[in-house]
Amino acid sequence: MTEPAASRALVIEREMPHPPEKIWRALTQGPLIEEWLMKNDFQPVVGHHFSFRSTPVPGWNGVIDSEVLVIEPNSRLSYSWGTMGTTTLVTWTLTPTKSGTHVRMEQSGFRSEEDAAYKGAKYGWTKFIGNMERIAGGLD
Amino acid sequence: MIPAMPAQVATDHVFAALADPTRRAIFEHLARDGEQNVRALTARAGVSQPAVSKHLGILKHARLVRDRREGRKTHYSAQPQALKPMLDWMGMYAAFWHDRFDHLESLLKRMDQ
Repeated sequence: MTEPAASRALVIEREMPHPPEKIWRALTQGPLIEEWLMKNDFQPVVGHHFSFRSTPVPGWNGVIDSEVLVIEPNSRLSYSWGTMGTTTLVTWTLTPTKSGTHVRMEQSGFRSEEDAAYKGAKYGWTKFIGNMERIAGGLD
Repeated sequence: MIPAMPAQVATDHVFAALADPTRRAIFEHLARDGEQNVRALTARAGVSQPAVSKHLGILKHARLVRDRREGRKTHYSAQPQALKPMLDWMGMYAAFWHDRFDHLESLLKRMDQ
């Protein structure tokens, strides 16, 4: 809980026995995205603002606000992922292999300081979470 | 914060309890200043004593506070370890994305080339 925000990233990688073109479709066509991720109004256009919508639960409206940031067909896709007062960045990288595709998902930017200052003012959440992290700092 | 993730139920309770700014303030106050009784908390909260008691009940249900009776008084203290599932967002997202990757692979199997 004390690492610098910039270093905080989650990486998930898998080999998939499918060509990059096919995986790209699953990652960038709205109805297909809905089948494996969430309802959305995604368009594969840089600068397009869209949202992912999930079932609301108490304390969370189920909405993730996003913007398309990078579109490199069949190889790289990046969008912002804003929810609960924190914005992170999700980047997909597809690399062809002999038997299919190496799929890499990186989610980065967890709780950056500037984001906390900006979104915290808007939602009143991030400052609280920052305070609680200090209080709970002794927890492993 | 994302449905169908491990530890979701505990996290839901914590998020729900802390969705209210008055409860956040009560919890923060307890976490920072230590054990308090309802009267002391009411003096700070800006709402009625029954309202504070109700908020404390919700915080207690989420295991964010613990109560201790002493004679006719009840003292409340913060249990910051209950925040752990909420603070561990990366852990939650790891479980979330592994689950989504499974769904993606299952979709790819069903798709035409």
